[in-house]
Amino acid sequence: MDSAPAPDPVFLASPARADIALRCAGLVKRYADVTAVAGIDLEIRGGECFGLLGPNGAGKTTTVEMLEGLTLPDAGVVEVLGCRWGTGCDQDLRERMGIQLQETQLAEKLTVAETVRLFQSFYRQGRPVEEVIGMVELQEKQRARVGKLSSGQKQRLALACSLVCDPDLLFLDEPTTGLDPQARIKIWEVVEEFHQRGGTILLTTHYMEEAARLCDRVAIMDHGQVIALGTPNELVASLGADQVVEFHVQGALLQEPLLRLSGVKAARKKNQGYFLTVTRIGEALPALLEEIARQGARLERLTTHQATLEDVFISLTGRVLRDA
Amino acid sequence: MPETAGAPARHPEPKPGPVRPPNPVLELTLARIREFVREPEALFWVFVFPVLLAFALGIAFRNQAPEKLRVAVETTTPDVGRVVTLLSRSSDLQVLELSPEQAAQALRTGKVDLVVLQEPGSPYAFRYDPTRPQSRLARLRADDALERGLGRKDLVPIQEEPVSEPGARYIDFLIPGLIGLNLMGSGMWGIGFAVVQARTKKLLKRFAATPMRRSHYLLSFMLSRLVFLVPEVAALVVFGWIVFQVEVRGSLIALTVVSLLGSFTFAGLGLLLAARTKTIEAVSGWMNFVMLPMWLLSGTFFSYSRFPEFLQPAIRALPLTALNDALRAVMNEGLALSQSWLEILVLCFWAGVSFVLALRLFRWQ
Repeated sequence: MDSAPAPDPVFLASPARADIALRCAGLVKRYADVTAVAGIDLEIRGGECFGLLGPNGAGKTTTVEMLEGLTLPDAGVVEVLGCRWGTGCDQDLRERMGIQLQETQLAEKLTVAETVRLFQSFYRQGRPVEEVIGMVELQEKQRARVGKLSSGQKQRLALACSLVCDPDLLFLDEPTTGLDPQARIKIWEVVEEFHQRGGTILLTTHYMEEAARLCDRVAIMDHGQVIALGTPNELVASLGADQVVEFHVQGALLQEPLLRLSGVKAARKKNQGYFLTVTRIGEALPALLEEIARQGARLERLTTHQATLEDVFISLTGRVLRDA
Repeated sequence: MPETAGAPARHPEPKPGPVRPPNPVLELTLARIREFVREPEALFWVFVFPVLLAFALGIAFRNQAPEKLRVAVETTTPDVGRVVTLLSRSSDLQVLELSPEQAAQALRTGKVDLVVLQEPGSPYAFRYDPTRPQSRLARLRADDALERGLGRKDLVPIQEEPVSEPGARYIDFLIPGLIGLNLMGSGMWGIGFAVVQARTKKLLKRFAATPMRRSHYLLSFMLSRLVFLVPEVAALVVFGWIVFQVEVRGSLIALTVVSLLGSFTFAGLGLLLAARTKTIEAVSGWMNFVMLPMWLLSGTFFSYSRFPEFLQPAIRALPLTALNDALRAVMNEGLALSQSWLEILVLCFWAGVSFVLALRLFRWQ
């Protein structure tokens, strides 16, 4: 919990900075018996792709929906493009925001083109329907009914509906959850294109590779709080190690001696296995094998990989990101 | 669009010129219409089913030639053949010759309405149950036939003028009722279901995340109802006219106005029931709860005057009763709209109250 760089708590008192597209401070949302969001402060710069990374139930969706002005916070303030929700500029903000909600099911009986055109009609200006459909590569499905699309195509259509207004700010709530790798890559390409054109993006995900690929900066969320914030590289570097060793043994293993091994930064027991963050893999690995043998345990499985955001999450919470 | 202070600049790269989007009310209404016509089941229930129902009921309750009264003559009657011949001259009577035992049983079980007999040395006798109207009628007819046959002269000639007036048949009563019922069903289901479905699919929330005006969304439902109203009403009117010669005696404009008002009233009620309901099951329950009493009480299939007097004011306050009565006033009686002011007032009341409440209670997510 202590590794998160503390955001400036008084930024709202300071004069608005021109490059901040989205910010919130002290954001809280409570439901009957749970606190979904327990005080969140964020600043997202114009042109930035910002990721909220966290397991299911971390409060990502609630946070995003408060930022989108769809859910009223119990406490805290939100400023979008320099304006607060409910102060008379809601309509103008909505003109400039593209939103993709988690699990929206678009009308099944309408065709792709009809759906995009419907969404286009809500805005004062927008992009041509054919162009947006081209951006998400659904040209061949233009006349197909929504009900006949695959889940990846549906998700791309949802993305088209959020892009048709030519937004400055794009909110994507778990845009690739449940999609196969190919479908996911297609979505990523659309998001990257929007980003390259200077658009600002806030996306939530529980795929660390998605956050690592798309996001300039990432906030890792758990239990309604931001527990780490920075660029993907900074966060990985905060582990103080560049390699991760995961292994399983048969028999008991004392954790204490592992920490004293040369090159080992941290050791943690995870489910049935062990999780070491390591700086000098060449020294650590032989020492580890020796130690396992010394304690009389039998090595069953061992893998090593470059440290990732997933490892950051594990080291912060002791839990696995995806199945937490 | 006014640039908000402190906002980041729009994309620096030149983009293809912005397009002027289509009209949102039109697009929303088109979406409603497309969704409906692409649902074959919905088309069946709204357009085909009412016509089938009208056909079935129209056949079942068609006006038949008046049934003959059945009279038995006991075989022990002297000169039985002559009596039978005389009675048979009346076109209203069907005459049977039965033994006294058979005749007694037939009378007891209602297979004949009257038994004619004569004991030796006695006058003709009519045996019948005077509490049965059929029997009393048979008695008068048999008496008339016998007396005439035996030489009675009528004192005053009387000419008969039978009437079978269109407008007074059951099918004339039924068609306006079915139009009312159909407007209720399609208005409430059409709107209630669609709104709740959009809510459960998070589509309402997605719309709320756009600058779409909430009033446009609700207006699109009204407009799509308006579009479907014409074929819905026309299907039944045209069917009734072609198959059963059911006439619209009043003006088509009056019929349109009443249908429109009824349609909006039930659209409002549908919207009200769907204003906060979160599941399809719940809204179905509410729909049935609201519609079932009107199915029974509002005089669609039979006149509500059969219900007890103390229920009448409540029944007449129901929107479907008002709609049915107003439709019948126009179609069957050919009255002007002003004659149905009370019914129109009742409909306006329901429409107004339900819309105001629905808009106040409506939840987008």
